[in-house]
Amino acid sequence: MSDETRKVAFICSKGTLDMAYPALVMGWAALGNGIDVTIFFTFWGLDIINKARVDHLELAPVANTSMKMSMMGIKTGNLGIPNLLGVLPGMTAFATSLMKNKMKGLEVPPVREYLQMLVDAGAKLYACKMSVDMMGLKKEDFVDGVLDIVTAGDFMDMTEGAQIIFI
Amino acid sequence: MATRVIAGKTVQVNDEGFMTDPSEWTKEIAVEYAKEEGIAELTADHWKIIEFCRQSAATSGKAPTLRTITAGTGVSTKELFTLFPKGPAKKVAKISGLGKPEGCV
Repeated sequence: MSDETRKVAFICSKGTLDMAYPALVMGWAALGNGIDVTIFFTFWGLDIINKARVDHLELAPVANTSMKMSMMGIKTGNLGIPNLLGVLPGMTAFATSLMKNKMKGLEVPPVREYLQMLVDAGAKLYACKMSVDMMGLKKEDFVDGVLDIVTAGDFMDMTEGAQIIFI
Repeated sequence: MATRVIAGKTVQVNDEGFMTDPSEWTKEIAVEYAKEEGIAELTADHWKIIEFCRQSAATSGKAPTLRTITAGTGVSTKELFTLFPKGPAKKVAKISGLGKPEGCV
């Protein structure tokens, strides 16, 4: 094994509850194995580090072909949640609470706590400047641990030699 | 199964150097493993974590995850990463004579 520390960088571009977890889970595993972790939040991914949004990330059943009725414990095989039902008020909240409960059952921490664990373990978090400007956000809008608002070019500079994973 | 001699004792190890029989573990082995992992001296704080891992594995049959360790010992994530720098997941398990932690959190 080489002496140089392996580096991994994640680009989080989605703000749904299901898309917040991949970088958190893999980032945590990387830190536990001594790998340097940088996470760049862009576009909707900014919701994951937005103080006002992080506890309210959601999962919509509409057009989600992987979400099956059987996830609710109803033995219906491949039958999906009909899109027509998915548009009903409350269905997004329902799907969200379903996923949150399943995560809790696996002892997976909520997103805010997970982010803090990563920061405590040394992960470096950055927000994308263009997205921040587009959404009218400021550094104070982000959770503790977000180091800075940086440009795409800065991100490229700081991740030289890293494996980059786009989510 | 491979074996190796550590701290004057022959123990069974897998191809990554993790002990495969926790009952062969001794505190002297832990000290040697720690040195190999770059930890010159095991302090009381290190031992608190190692002992928790040993107990947890004795009950569950597998090495605890980092979050299980922080929740079970009250040691913060920051402290855990300071005590066992550069990859506590594998280091803690190896020093404690256990396999790699199973589980993602």
